[in-house]
Amino acid sequence: MSARLARAALWITGALVAAWLVAPTLVVIPLGFTDKVSLTFPPTGWSTRWYANFFGDPAWTAALANSVLVGVLVAVVATTLGTAAAFGLSRWTNGRGAAAASVLLLAPMIVPGIILAIGIYAVFLKLGLAGTLAGFVAAHTVLALPFVVVSVTASLRTFDVRLETAAASLGAGRWATFRQVTLPLITPGVVSGALFAFVTSFDEVVVSLFIQSPTLVTLPVQMYSSVTRETDPTLAAAATMILVLTTVLVGGGLTLAARRNRAR
Amino acid sequence: MAALLSPLSPSGPAAAAAPGEKGAGSRRGTRNWPFLLIVPALLVLLAVFAYPVAQTFVSAFTTPTPGTGNFAWFFGSPANVAVLTRTFSTALWATVICLCLAYPYAYLMTVASPRARAALLLIVMLPFWTSLMVRTFAWLVLLQDTGVVNGFLGLFGLGPVSLVRTQAGVLIGMVQILMPFMVLPLYSVMSGIDRRLLTAAESLGARPLVALLRVFVPLSLPGVAAGATMVFITSLGFYVTPALLGSPGEALISQFMYTQVSGMLMWGRGGAMAVVLFAATLLLIGLLGLAMRAGRRSRASAR
Repeated sequence: MSARLARAALWITGALVAAWLVAPTLVVIPLGFTDKVSLTFPPTGWSTRWYANFFGDPAWTAALANSVLVGVLVAVVATTLGTAAAFGLSRWTNGRGAAAASVLLLAPMIVPGIILAIGIYAVFLKLGLAGTLAGFVAAHTVLALPFVVVSVTASLRTFDVRLETAAASLGAGRWATFRQVTLPLITPGVVSGALFAFVTSFDEVVVSLFIQSPTLVTLPVQMYSSVTRETDPTLAAAATMILVLTTVLVGGGLTLAARRNRAR
Repeated sequence: MAALLSPLSPSGPAAAAAPGEKGAGSRRGTRNWPFLLIVPALLVLLAVFAYPVAQTFVSAFTTPTPGTGNFAWFFGSPANVAVLTRTFSTALWATVICLCLAYPYAYLMTVASPRARAALLLIVMLPFWTSLMVRTFAWLVLLQDTGVVNGFLGLFGLGPVSLVRTQAGVLIGMVQILMPFMVLPLYSVMSGIDRRLLTAAESLGARPLVALLRVFVPLSLPGVAAGATMVFITSLGFYVTPALLGSPGEALISQFMYTQVSGMLMWGRGGAMAVVLFAATLLLIGLLGLAMRAGRRSRASAR
């Protein structure tokens, strides 16, 4: 009886924690459809005027376009660099060198974001990269690389190296082997790495706050500065769209990762 | 991270021994091809990560004048030291609260059915990837004086309690955002614990709760250490959540760094605080490594 009670208590605690993890964020969805000018919850009437406001305001639409552009470029660059690095690491026979390289590859996950932000800001100011598209892509690529490396490394771990040996014994060169044998088999890891890279860039705030310029602002930066200025339900509309987009992308990434695990 | 590094090194010899390789001479020329694949990523990291971070540290000792003036400035003012202690105490509280909430959750994941476990895992992973900005904004709306939380408290005749612009508000927001960093290491260690040990303890007369506390909890400590370190380190460097949910009068070190550098262009001071923050981070990672090694050794000798 007490065992059943303990189990019930455990499930109730788990359910409460789960609700607390997910529910608070969802509050932004109804707020985006409110008909009031204030962020009062629950809304008393419904309208889509804040979405109209979002798409009618060049500040918001430009920020959205910038974020998507930077995110796509970061996904392409980080996935290319990260996949090559993960593949190289898994085949490098120099164990100590590989360990040192992977520490550097994963270090951006550990170094506090504010330190990196200050450093990048100083360097970019000197090089004239602050507030440029190239600067945003370079900074976000560094932050996204670890996620690509982790994701692709996990796929490579389950990859049977003998398949490469077999391809090579049949006369395939190294590049042909990679293109036709290895890459198709690690695609789920590469794609989920690309999705995580996009989302990392799309959500990044701290570094972007430093390197933004009046002509180049990303969506989270635009949100940050409007939060500190006013409370306008357009923010909730923007938040809802970010929420839906990242949830769909990450849901896809996690599904691919799960499929990879099942294949094992 | 150790789990990540270990599988990276082997399997090379098998690939290198592939038939179809030509003479020894050409092999020597191409032996380093895996390294060449890592080079582009390493170059980007050196240029846009290692160099800027190193430069920040150097500026602490050189800007505006060479010497340790920036550190003397930082540690010389009680207000600045208060920022540092507040940062550490906030991080400590966040870690403790995270642990109290994450432990039962991770335990539940190990006893749940596979489908329930997948759902519980998804519930942890989705917030991990949900925009920090969106979640902080949601907390701002919920915690404001006229927000949902205060409306709820009002039903019981309580409040309004001011939550926004207080340490409590910062902690509520931070803990929710940091939960995945605690749950995931805990779960990965707990799922490796042999549950038959609990059955064995109970068959020897231990009551279930005693068996849990004396057998399961000690075995889960590596997960606790890893999760606590991750949460603590991450909260030391948190910027967005404290900046939006906290009070400007009770800034944490990251906010202080932001105002010194972005507002006042005091690069050296920002650098000095970066050195302090990074040293604390490294120290904690080092301590975690030592604790893990000691734990592994004592477990090995117990066997």
